[in-house]
This record gives sequence, C-alpha cells and structure tokens, in this order.
Amino acid sequence: MESLTWTGAAGPFLNPLLAVSAAVTVIAFLAEAVLGVLDKDRRVILDREGAALLSGGARGLASLALLGGAAGCLAAVAGYLIAGLVLEGPDKGIIGWLALRFLPVWVALGVLYSVSFTFRRRLGLYGKLFDSPIGMIGFGIVMFWLFTAVFADMIATHDPLAQVSGMKNKLPGTPVRGAGPGDFAWYLLGGDNLARDVFSRMVMGAREVLKIAPAATAFAFMVGVTLGLPAAYFGGRLDTTLSFLSNLVLAFPVILLFYLLVTPEIRAAGAEVPLWGGRVWTTSIPNVLAAVLFAFPIVFFVTLWNSRFRVRPGLRNVLVGLTVVLGLWMYSGLAFNADPAGVFGMDPNLLNVFVSVVFVNSPTVFRIVRGIALDIKTRDYIAAAQTRGERPWYIMLWEILPNARGPLIVDFCLRIGYTTILLGTLGFFGLGVSPESPDWGSTINDGRKLLSIYPHPALPPALALMSLVLGLNLLADGLREESLRD
Amino acid sequence: MTKWDYDGPILEIENLSISFFTRLREIPAVMDFSCVVQPGEAMGLVGESGCGKSTVALGIMQDLGVNGRIVGGSIRFKGRDLCTMTEAELRQIRGSEIAMIYQEPMASLNPAMKIDRQLMEVPMIHEGVSADKAREMARRVIEDVKLPDPDRILRSYPHQLSGGQQQRVVIAMALMSKPSLLILDEPTTALDVTVEAAIVDLVKELGEKYGTSMLFISHNLGLILETCDRITVMYSGEAVETGSVAEVFEHMRHPYTQALFRAIPLPTADKHARPLRAIPGNFPLPHERPPGCNFGPRCDYFEAGRCDGGDVPMFPVPGDARHETRCLRFAEIDWDAPPPVEAATEEVEIGGPVLGVERLRKYYEVAANALFGGRNRKVVKANEDITFTAHESETLAIVGESGCGKSTFAKVLMGLETATDGKILLDNREIQSIPIEERDTRTIASIQMVFQNPFDTLNPSMTVGSQIMRALEIFGVGRTTAERRARMLELLDLVKLPREFATRMPRQLSGGQKQRVGIARAFAGGARIVVADEPVSALDVSVQAAVTDLLMEIQRTEKTTLLFISHDLSIVRYLSDRVLVMYLGHVVEIGSTDQVFAPPYHPYTEALLSAVPIADTKVRKRHVVLEGEIPSAMNPPTGCPFQTRCRWKDSVPGGLCEREVPPAREMADGHRIKCHLAEDILRRMEPVIEIAAE
Amino acid sequence: MGQFILRRFGIMLLTALCLTFIVFFLTNLPPNLEKLAKTQGNMRMTDEQVENWLANRGYLQPMPVKYGQWLGILPGWVIEGTDGKLRGKCLRRDTPPEAAPRFCGVLQGDWGWSTRFRDEVATIVFKRLSLTGWLMLAVMCVMVPGALILGVLAGMKEGSRLDRTVSTLSIATTATPEYVSGVIFIAVFASSAVGLKWFKGTATSAMDDITFANFTLPVVTIALYGMGYIARMTRASMAEVMTTQYIRTARLKGVSFPAIVMRHALRNALIAPFTVIMLQFPWLLNGVVIVETLFNYKGFGWTLVQAASNNDIELLLGLSVVAVFVVLVTQLISDIGYVLLNPRIRIS
Repeated sequence: MESLTWTGAAGPFLNPLLAVSAAVTVIAFLAEAVLGVLDKDRRVILDREGAALLSGGARGLASLALLGGAAGCLAAVAGYLIAGLVLEGPDKGIIGWLALRFLPVWVALGVLYSVSFTFRRRLGLYGKLFDSPIGMIGFGIVMFWLFTAVFADMIATHDPLAQVSGMKNKLPGTPVRGAGPGDFAWYLLGGDNLARDVFSRMVMGAREVLKIAPAATAFAFMVGVTLGLPAAYFGGRLDTTLSFLSNLVLAFPVILLFYLLVTPEIRAAGAEVPLWGGRVWTTSIPNVLAAVLFAFPIVFFVTLWNSRFRVRPGLRNVLVGLTVVLGLWMYSGLAFNADPAGVFGMDPNLLNVFVSVVFVNSPTVFRIVRGIALDIKTRDYIAAAQTRGERPWYIMLWEILPNARGPLIVDFCLRIGYTTILLGTLGFFGLGVSPESPDWGSTINDGRKLLSIYPHPALPPALALMSLVLGLNLLADGLREESLRD
Repeated sequence: MTKWDYDGPILEIENLSISFFTRLREIPAVMDFSCVVQPGEAMGLVGESGCGKSTVALGIMQDLGVNGRIVGGSIRFKGRDLCTMTEAELRQIRGSEIAMIYQEPMASLNPAMKIDRQLMEVPMIHEGVSADKAREMARRVIEDVKLPDPDRILRSYPHQLSGGQQQRVVIAMALMSKPSLLILDEPTTALDVTVEAAIVDLVKELGEKYGTSMLFISHNLGLILETCDRITVMYSGEAVETGSVAEVFEHMRHPYTQALFRAIPLPTADKHARPLRAIPGNFPLPHERPPGCNFGPRCDYFEAGRCDGGDVPMFPVPGDARHETRCLRFAEIDWDAPPPVEAATEEVEIGGPVLGVERLRKYYEVAANALFGGRNRKVVKANEDITFTAHESETLAIVGESGCGKSTFAKVLMGLETATDGKILLDNREIQSIPIEERDTRTIASIQMVFQNPFDTLNPSMTVGSQIMRALEIFGVGRTTAERRARMLELLDLVKLPREFATRMPRQLSGGQKQRVGIARAFAGGARIVVADEPVSALDVSVQAAVTDLLMEIQRTEKTTLLFISHDLSIVRYLSDRVLVMYLGHVVEIGSTDQVFAPPYHPYTEALLSAVPIADTKVRKRHVVLEGEIPSAMNPPTGCPFQTRCRWKDSVPGGLCEREVPPAREMADGHRIKCHLAEDILRRMEPVIEIAAE
Repeated sequence: MGQFILRRFGIMLLTALCLTFIVFFLTNLPPNLEKLAKTQGNMRMTDEQVENWLANRGYLQPMPVKYGQWLGILPGWVIEGTDGKLRGKCLRRDTPPEAAPRFCGVLQGDWGWSTRFRDEVATIVFKRLSLTGWLMLAVMCVMVPGALILGVLAGMKEGSRLDRTVSTLSIATTATPEYVSGVIFIAVFASSAVGLKWFKGTATSAMDDITFANFTLPVVTIALYGMGYIARMTRASMAEVMTTQYIRTARLKGVSFPAIVMRHALRNALIAPFTVIMLQFPWLLNGVVIVETLFNYKGFGWTLVQAASNNDIELLLGLSVVAVFVVLVTQLISDIGYVLLNPRIRIS
C-alpha cells in the first residue's frame, strides 16, 4: 500500500487557492497597516445615518483585499475538510483522514454551538461569550480538545502504547506494515522512536491532560480562596503570616520544587501508619500534602453551609452532614487511597504530580483572591452586613466571594492553561505521570532528542498543547471583555 | 489662525443631536438641542444625571470618543462650524479658545507631572512662547486663582495639594490662554460646601475679569442662580426650557422646571405644612423614551392624544425675547396656581430619650506611610468630645464637612469600632465598648444604618428579596421561611416598591429604588434608631424628595429616632427637628433647627450656612467666605479647633482661642455653642439668610 | 526609606533561611541519601554498605546539626570512618587536617562541595551563573524594548487593527511555553527535515563563543514567552491611561496626539509594566532551565537539573540561595522602582 500525501486528491486544486489567498492576506494586511499609519489625522465625517462617508481610497481597497484573502484561506481549509469526508481511501490524504477521524468532535461542536447560540440570551455570562468573536474562537478550541478527550477511543487509530515493528520514526502517512483487515492502514502522523502511532498518542494525551489540569486548578482555587479571604478580611498577623508563606512558595524555582517533590524516592520516605482494612499509609511528603490540601474543599463547603444557614439549624445540619459524609468518603479515597467502597482512588504517581501542581498554584490564587477581597471589603454592602451582625465567614463566603467571581472565572481559565503548561514542563523533565504515558509533555520530551532529524513525533503534541492553552487564553480574554461590558 | 474676532455670539448650537452607537443599537443622548451664548455671558445648563448635559459639553469640544457621533445640527463657535473642522484646527481652538473644567480635579491633573509643566504647556503650544515666559505666565495665573505660595504650588505634584487647591489649579490651567469660552462641568460637586463657595466666588470674579463666556453645567439650581445669567434646563436629552435666570426661576413655563423647583428643599418648605413634591415615576432610559413629550408620563398637565402626539418643538414665550419652552400647553397652564396640597401631616410628639452620648472620644492609630509602614504611627483624633441626647420619633441631623468625624461616630455607634473614651447609652445600657460581634440580636436590630451610595449598598449578586430575607433571618424575625417571605413582601410595600422586585437583581434597579431597598433592610428588625449617612446625596433631585419623604413617613409610623448625617443644610433644615454641627470631631453647636439656623451662630455654622447655594431668588444671603482648608485630624490645631479659619478670632482677647478649647455654653434651652466669643457678640450676629417678604 | 530596605532585607534573609532549610530537609530524606550513596558509590551496595558510606561522610547526623554545619554556626564534622579514613566537612585534599578550620559553612564563605561535579560549589555556581548571565542579558535586550514598544503602540489606540493584531500575537506567545516554541523553532529552523538550517539546534558552542547562529534560537525562545505577557500588560496599562481624565484634559488643552503619548501617557503607563518586568525575572529563571536543557547550554538551569537529578545536596543549596536571591532582589527593585516612578506614593 502506498503512503498518504498530506492533501490527497483535492490537493492539486486547493493548494494553489490556499497559497494565493494567504499571500493576498499578508500583503493586504501590511498595506493596510502602512496606510493606516500614514493618514491617522483624518477625521471620520458621518452622515445622518451614522454611515461613514469616507471609506474609499487605497485603504478601503486594502481592507477589502484583506477580507477577500481571509475568506479564501477559510474556503481552502473548509475544502480540505469536506474533501476528507467525501473522497475515498488514500484520496482523502492525511488532512482528509484527520477530518474524518475527528467527526464525533465536529458533530458535538456543531450541536453545542447551535444550541448555545440559540439560547444565548438566557445563559448569563456563558451566553454572552457568544457575543465576542474572540471568546467564541477560544471556547471552540477548548471544547474541541474536551470532546477529543471524551471521544478519544473513537478517534484514535491505534493503541497509543502498541509498538509496531518497522514503524520507528516513520514519516506521516506511512502505511502500517502487516496491518490486518480490521486495523487502520496508516500512521497518520507517523511513528515515534518506539514505533508507536503519534496521532493516537496525541489524541489519548488530550485525555491525560484534561483529566488532571482542570481538577488540579479547581483544588488550587479551593485552597487559595479558603486562605485568601480570611487573610484579606482579617488582615493583621494572619495576613502577614499567610502572605509570607505564599511568597515563600513563590520564591522557589518551580522546577527545583518539582524535582524535589515528584521524585519516586520521596514517596518512600516517612513512617507507615496502619489504616482500616489492612491498608497502610506512609507519611511521605506528598501524602501529607495531599492530606492537607484535599481537606480544604471539605472545610470550604462546611463553612459555606454553616455560615449561610446558621440561623436555620435544620437545613444547616442536613447540608453539613451530607458534605462531611460525602467529603470524607472521597477524602479517604483520594488522600489515603483507602476508600472502603473502592470507588475513589488515585495512582500514587499521579497523586504526587497532582499535589505538586496544586501546591505550586495555590499561592498565586491566594494572592489574587486576597487582592480582590481587599477591594470588595471596602464596599458599603459589606458594612451593611457587618452592621446587621453577620459573622465574618458569612461575609467572606456569601458577600465577598460571589462578587469576586468575574475575575476569578477569568483567572480560572488562564490557570488551567498555565497548569497544562506546568504538567508539560513536568513531562519535559521526565517527571511526568509515567514514562509510557501519552501525555503531551512526556511525548515532547521523547521526541526532542531526535528533533533535528525527525521533527514529526514532537510537533503534534507541541501544537496540541499550544492550541489548548491558546484556546483557554482566548476564552479568558473573551470572558473578561464580556464581564466588563455591563 | 490662533484667535479671530467675531461680533456675534460666542457659541451658537443649532438643533444638535448626538448619539452613541453600541453593537445593539443607536442611543440618542442629545436631541434637537439649541442654545446661544453671547460674549461675556454665563449660561447655566441644568438637569439630572443622564439628561445629556455633559454630552453637550463634549460635543462642543468635539471629543465624543469612538462611539459618540454628532448626527445632526451644528455647533458654531464665533461663527465657525466646529463639526467640519479638521483635527489640526480643533487642536488650535482647544485650550486656547475653549477650555473645559470638570468634576474630579484630582483625575484631571496628570499625577506624574508637576503643576508648572502642566500649566506652561498651554501657552507653549498655543502661543509658542519660551519656557521662561510660560512659567512667568503660569505664576501670574496661579496668583490670580488666589493660591497661597505660588512658587511652592508650581513645584508640587497634584497629589500634594488638597481638593480645593487642585480645582484652583485646574481653573488656572483653563485660564492660561484667556479663552473666549469656558465650559465648567460640575466643577464643585466633588468638593465640600465651604470650598465650593470659595471656588464659585473665584469663577465668578475671574469670569468678569477676563471677560470669558461660560457654560456652567450643574445639577444644582442654587449654584446656577449664583453664577449664571441665563439657564437652559435639560430633560432626557432635550432642552425643555431656556431663558434668563430671573425669568426661569420666577416665571417658569415648563412643567418639568416647575416640578424640579417643587422637589428641592427651599427655605420656605416645611415638612409638615408644605412638604416637598417628588416627581412621580422614573427618568426614561434613552432607548425607552415615550412618544411626544419626554416628560409626558410624569407630568401633572399631561393630555393624552396631544402631548404624546409627536415631537414637540421649542415655543418662544411671549414677553421675554429669549425665553423658550418645549411644552405644548404652556399657554393654557395656570402657572401661579399653588401646588395641590398633599395631605399635610401632623407634627409627631417627640418621646423620651432613647440614645445618650456622653463625652465620646475615638482615636485611631494609623501608619504614617502606607507603603513603608514602619514604626512611626500617628494618632487620628476622629471624635473628640461628643455629647448629645436623641429622643424617640426625633430627627437629629449631624452636619459637617468631610473629615469632621461624623462617619467615625456612626461606626462607633454601630459597634464596628469601639470608643476610646466616653459613653454611649442605649436605653441606659452602656454599649460604647461592646463590638458588634458581642452585641445581642435585639441591640443590633434596634440600631441600623442606611448608607450613602445606592450603587454600593446592595450586594450585586443577590436578589433584592433574598437580601431582605437574610436580614430578617439574622434578626430572628419569623419562624419559617414562609413567614419571613410574607414579612419581606410587607417591607417592600412599606418602602413603596412593587412586590415583583423581590426577585430582581440590584443592577435592574434605579438608584432611588436601591436606596428604598436599603431602607427596607434597615427596618427589617424593627429598628428604633436609624443612622442615615447622607442617604440622598447621591440621588437626583427628583428622587431625593421621594426618598426623604419615605424616610419620614416610616419614622412617623415606627416612632424611629433618625440620626441624619448630612452636609446639605437645605435638606437638614427641611426635615430635622434638631441639628448638631460637627467640626474636627467636636460638636461646635447643637440645638433645635430654628435655633441653629438663626443667630446666635457658632462662627463655623455661620460660614456653613452662607456657603449653601439656595435656588430661590427671594432669599438674600449674607456672604461669608471661609479661607483656608480643614486641618488634618492627625494634626489638629491647638485650642479651639476652628481657630485657624475663624473670622471672629480677633474679637476674643488674649489669644484665648489658640490656647484653650472653648466650653460648650448654653445659649438658650437646649442650644449649646462651643465658642469663646463674648455672649453679646454672639447675640449681635446678623442672620445669614433672609427671605424677602412676598 | 532606609528602614524599609532594612526590613525587606530582614524578610529576604528569613525567606532564604526557610527555603534552604526546606531544600535541605527534602534532599536529606533517607531515600534520597540512599540514592546519593548508590550513585556516588556503586549501584549494587548492600543496605549496610550504604549505611556505612553515609555515616562515614556525616550524612547520618541529625538534620538540624547538619544544617547548622552548612550555615557555619556549628563546627564542621570530622569523622574517622569504618574504613579507617579520616574525613571532615572542612578537610580538603590539599590541606592537612590540623590546618583545617573548625567552622566551614556559608557564613565562612564556604559553600561546600559538589558530589556531581566534584568541585567547589562556589566555583561551579559562579561559572554557570556567568554563562546564564549572558543568556539573560541577550533575552532582556530583545524582550523588554520589543514588548514595551508593541504594548505602547497597541494600547495607544484601543480597538484599532494594530491593537488587535498585537493582542492576538501576544496571547499566542504566552500560550506557547518554551519547550513548545523551542521544539518548533528547532524543527523549522534547524532540522534537516525542513532543511532551512538557518540556526544551530544546540547552543553548546555558545558557551565559549557566542555567535548569531548558535545563540539566536535559545534567546528568541525565552524572549518570546515573556514578551507576550509584558506586551499585554503594557497594552492594558497604556489603554487604561489613555482613557483617564487627565489625558482628556491634555487633549482638550490642544496637545497633539504624539505629545500626549510621549509626555502625558508614557510615564504613567509604564508604572505597572515595570513591576511586571521585574517580577518576570524569576520566570525567566524557569524558562532558562527549560531552554538550557533543550539547547544543551550548560548554564545555571542546566546545572540545577543536573544537581537535582543527582541529589547533589550542597550544590542544590547553593543554587537555591542564588535563585531566592534573584527573586527577592527583583521584588525589592520593583518596589523601589514603583515608588520612584510614581510620585504619588513617594515618601515625604
């Protein structure tokens, strides 16, 4: 069987279109920028309807060309995708096959966007996202990877860990040697230096990354919020101490911290404590950190309910009880790996990485929360709450926190991106979840050794990681813009 | 082409329309606005917030930002249409021919540039003079605006000056090139009354000296009366009435102008016999304006089918050549008819003492420098010797300018701070050193507060209903949620808000409505003492009256003691039974409203009364301008706190004022003045305000 | 002001103490010591041999004692080992035991001995740091002016096409960590697969002789990541300043647009980015580690990785002190600079 080309049968038609459109776009953009600088002193004179009277001239032409060029590029890309879905077998080309493999993602995205767009006026801040093109693009990219993670099994063409002999460092589109009738016939994005399919590893990597990054960020937020609010609200010595501690962690070079915390040796250090059901828990540093950090959500929710429903004991008892039972159950699984029911649990290596990432992120969240809370604290409605005798935690959690949500949501998106980068960094230094893991950082690390000769194994995960973080950043930007708008 | 001569009017605006464009729609901010300013004339532009008066000013400056556009009409300055000028031509006119002063003096000065450079820039750009020459000019103008020690001022950064000084610098900057037209956009709103009075004086004087025409934008009719020759009243994007100040104030020919005058507390108003009349309804949003007359839905003289028929043009009012009104029915209305008498209320019996304050003192320790902290801490003497008693059903006004310690006193009373010394007695129980966490629910519920800023008083992310419910929960009102919900709806009724508002978010409410929710919340636990910290100062005139009325009505039914903190003496005179004047933490005068507003005065009260602008042509006011600034509470003067600014200081022999804090002397029954002045001098004082006989 | 700096130095010292103690604690955990023994001795040592090896070299003393010795407030250990050799913290090969000083810690200027490189820690750190210094310098020269110019240009007219382009580009660069951009750059500009081969894929030769070909890629890789961030900050700050009232005052005084930007806006707009730039230094440190590893440039970052993966205790401590020092000094400079740039909070 022959190798796939990138663009398949549609290439000869679409490639020239793309090349020309791209060239036009670039030239028009530059021309527009230069012209824009030249006549900046012009005032726009408008007629009664508010339409610009002056839009002709060279600058108008450049703008028009810019639009045309961009449209051409989009058309070419759409052409590749459609050709991929329509054409048969090798004619699809690599891009075509990729488009087809991602079909579940396209469908899911289409459904999500049409539903959201229809009801966007009723969906609050999320709905307003669809008013901002930047936010929409960002959200699209993020959701693309999220759906990829969800449908990874349907998208991946091979087992991400399987090594096929003769496929070592093969170029994209190489047919798999000895592929059976049920197997997928090509390595779409080539093989890596252990002869595994780069495409499948990238797809499965999305799952790895999206499993850890949002959860770790959420934990970091719990810790940062639970400590940042009282630091800002009470101030004084508590604030000084907590701020000092957070600065301490921030002053640590992140990589040194990771090297010290994520090594396998550190897990062995510590006394062994017998737990229920014959399980043993080691007081190693990651375990102790996990025990501390994972307790924060429970503390947070218990305080949340207690402060709000202090004056309605019945409801309070139910909510607090539920939180404690559910929380401790999950806690026993996640922190001690000793869930009696065996539902929750975390691989020790994963726990180690997870805890370190939470630990590194929390101080920054702490600082942000503290800053916002210091500002909101001076508002009259806080004074109003104080004058009616509210307890401090009610004021912090129900008066300050909800009004800090705008910047916090924005930061949450940014921080997931940053956590993704951090996880990648870990993988890059070989400190990742496991050496075999298809997560993007480790894959980049594997690929970089032969980068000058075979760049193809390292590039797909690199681009994937970059696009996910870019999507999150754009999403955050869109959210920020929209939340500032009213 | 820097300056040119022109015989006609300085400014002619004809049928000006300005719109702002958002993604969703076009928002017309100003519609069909015309006005003429003659050389040397001061034109007042008055209206409530959102009526488009500032947009007119920016339209004249051709500085409407990216979204704003002039969509119709023309603005001619000395005969040339500003709308068709190029950017370069405009630049030459701005600053040299037309200058502008706005509300926040601190914000309008560049924080990173010294004053001299900011001033020198103007002549250097427009007249091309050398730096030395420019500096000399700057010095002269600084002297003109009566700033002490001009050389020091020139060398300072803006933040090193006080608010009043900053505004003088801004005025100096505007006058550097001797402009033909000066636009002042609420130039004194951010300042204290006594400072405001001095600035207004200065502007008037300089206007005459330089022969500048002025466009004075304000929401305060009193200020317009004191400064302007002509007035244009704006409502919802349109000019509704224009004419000479005397004509419009005495013979108004538009229902809105009339309603405005009936809503402000003039010295003739009385809360029992002649209560204020609030304008019913709300200001229409720009995209929800009614057809026909914009004021129609709120107007007493509305005639369906006619007033909402179509656009109403300006009609000239016969008699006066330049008096115009935008009212179809102006000729039919009997303008001299007295306002329909609202059910006059009876005076309420004032009950026994509820709250006693004895020699209360509150000192703070603050770090001398925020960033560099360090050990050198300073003591702020926020409250120094406060003594008074408040009775049931009584309104006691606490009056003073910013920094006088009135807010600190409120905090101590509420229990947010504890007193340094002295006593606060609530029903003969001492509460001055019990912080709020340790007070029992009854005590907390019986002292509640209404806050100043309506946009800040409600939690933006909770519905109105749940905020009131929360207060009920905390105060232990009602046993079940259903009971509390019922009580919450009653409270909404009490403050005259529709019950549907329970599910609204605060951002969907107007300022006045938010303030009503704040009042409902304060009364949730059956408060007996309500501290109202400037509850209406941030509201528009038409809403102010309604909120004030509401407060008094609730007070009557609930027999509440109202501590009304305010700097606005007009409203204090209108609604309070007794007045307490504070200066630098001292009670300098206390007495019944009549006693405080009539001589003998404390010298500070005298100056304060004189500083308040009154929008009544019949009122004669004696002019007392206070020099200098309020001293810092960190470093109060020795002896009498007021001695640094007192104009009577010379009448006290032997420099007593600088040595000793004067004792509080009983002048009449319950009227105490803290002053060293001999009794006969005090008694001889002339009244500041006199109402000419009708 | 003096008092302020003094206090900051106090905090700095405390932070450095805490941090080095944490590093000390983590590196001295028994499993780490065991690893150290096995890598330094040989991999097939029995538990007993490991124990002896560690005891002979003073590793089995109580943690606070060892830390005190490293600091130089406790006398250095001298142990006659089970193998009969006399060893001591302060004993060096070239000096006889009698002449050795009793104390030899940081306070005495002795930073210890690197087990990985078999050399004085101070020598290594100094040498590596100077290599990294060149890299940092080049990065700063590219990054700061570029970012500021882009940011100011973009923020000058909010919403213009230039603004949108710069904003999008800077978001894109902040979304691209060094290990991604570095990989892409090498793939595109240095790999035989693409064939451009404009630059070199490693910077090893730059340690002796910096050339355009071997230094461009590492510098650009680090600079790009920070540049987007600083440019965005500058843009936001500039855009905010341009909407303030005093800019409007200036405009309505008739000041021309370039003069408004240069004279009125710039100084106010640079206050916030200045802090950001200074706080960027610790971040650069991070980028430096990645880039030095990726491009095999044996500077500070590369050494850090080597020391960490070999549990080279004293070298790690030395490196952490330097890192902490960099972080805290930049914080101090950023605070002082903020005050100097911003007359509003200048102390009277």
